[in-house]
Amino acid sequence: MIEFFNMGGYAMFVWPSYAISALVLWLNWYLPRNQHRKLLRQLQSRHGSQQQ
Amino acid sequence: MFLWFHKFGSPPHFYRIAGKWIPWLSGLFLVLVTAGLFGGLIAAPPDYQQGDSYRIMFVHVPSAWMSMLVYVAMAVCGIIIMVWRMKLAEIVLISSAPIGASFTFLALVTGSLWGKPMWGTYWVWDARLTSELILLFLYLGIIGLHNAIEDKRVAARAVAILAIVGAVNVPIIHFSVEWWNTLHQGPTVTKFDKPSIYWSMLLPLLLMALSFQVYYVLALFQQCRAELLRRERNSKWVEEL
Amino acid sequence: MNNRLSLSQAFVFLLRRDLLVALRNRAEYAMPILFFVLVITLFPLAIGPVPELLSRIAPGIVWVAALLAAMLSLDSIFRSDFDDGSLEQILLSPHPVAVLVLAKVCAHWLVTGLPLLIAAPLLGQMLGMPQQALPTLLLTILIATPVLSLIGAIGVALTVGLRKGGIILSLLVLPLYVPVLIFAASAVDNAAAGFDVSAQLTMLLAFLFLSLSLSPWATAAALRMSAS
Repeated sequence: MIEFFNMGGYAMFVWPSYAISALVLWLNWYLPRNQHRKLLRQLQSRHGSQQQ
Repeated sequence: MFLWFHKFGSPPHFYRIAGKWIPWLSGLFLVLVTAGLFGGLIAAPPDYQQGDSYRIMFVHVPSAWMSMLVYVAMAVCGIIIMVWRMKLAEIVLISSAPIGASFTFLALVTGSLWGKPMWGTYWVWDARLTSELILLFLYLGIIGLHNAIEDKRVAARAVAILAIVGAVNVPIIHFSVEWWNTLHQGPTVTKFDKPSIYWSMLLPLLLMALSFQVYYVLALFQQCRAELLRRERNSKWVEEL
Repeated sequence: MNNRLSLSQAFVFLLRRDLLVALRNRAEYAMPILFFVLVITLFPLAIGPVPELLSRIAPGIVWVAALLAAMLSLDSIFRSDFDDGSLEQILLSPHPVAVLVLAKVCAHWLVTGLPLLIAAPLLGQMLGMPQQALPTLLLTILIATPVLSLIGAIGVALTVGLRKGGIILSLLVLPLYVPVLIFAASAVDNAAAGFDVSAQLTMLLAFLFLSLSLSPWATAAALRMSAS
């Protein structure tokens, strides 16, 4: 197990590159999703207030 | 076929379809990426020359491929915009830009992280790294131009022209940089000489590449949905949601 | 207008008009060349007056400065026409817009690119560039600066409608200038070392013809977009 995390001495380079990839890919997924939800909520509240 | 094309191109329809596809795509992506990571990080043996550091390749190479693929997709969208003025293509084009820029950024960062143990420095003016950097500038230019123009339909046409011009230029830039590099290359750069790649390494690489492609579609749909909603907030179909 | 201009007449007319405008605003059009000289002057100040070093990097310095000067002057291709509305006249004219665009780009090059031809050898001398490199320097400037104007015209056409177009323009245009920079600087570099430069010059010529045939169309499309 330790051997696996050690990456043959290259842990300092291997893991950061995977970490940053994961982070960037996650951001690209999360940010638009978040924005989409916010927009939906905004539209819903606008729609609701119009009906009253 | 043409009818289908038309239907798929209408914003409300696309919005619904994309919404339905997103969970499936997410599932597919997770399966592929897990398999790819397992194959790449655990199953594949260390390289006899580079040890374990070559495992960076499993994220680096797919990112680099995707950075080019996304640009091609954008240029195709650009042509569609100029010829048919298709709204959906406008949205796909501009939604692709940040994703493509991210892939380019990842390719650069992982490339330099790989370069440090292999070449001894984080950055070499290697032909591929340099053209990748210029590609990143092209992406940023497209995003910047789109942000600067207020009317988004006009912005889409501007970006379409720029994407096409860029696509004509990318091969030229790549070729010139390669040529420049062979001319100036110092002795420090040891080329990544290719022994015939093993099946146990190739398979995870292809899996990762495939999963990145699925991810692109997934992120693209996500982005497009948000963009669509923002643009068409006053139209009737949005109100019905 | 009853007597309609033929296409070549329109081309010449537009070219003449732009040159005349430039002649009237001499001070404004002298700026890029002044900028070119200034940038080059900065390098010895920054690096130190070491003759060997300066003569070694002179080709690169001259070409980077030429690139920046060309970029700085780009905005003037369409700016005044956009502001006073004559751009819309051009777009409405019965002639193909791409050809008229070419006339404007030609005028721009004659005003901003050609003076570099005079200034560059002078500055090359000051930087201690070897004598045998000077003809090549002139040739590359002659061939490659039109490419800069042609590619730049696309960028300006895209950004002319914007208030803060300047920064974006440089972001759009500079990456596209990379091939020209590489081949032009390397030609001068090789000439300074006494090698053959025909390969680089042929490439630059190829860029010139490619941009000459493609760029006006893209510029015309971008102008239509900006004017709408």
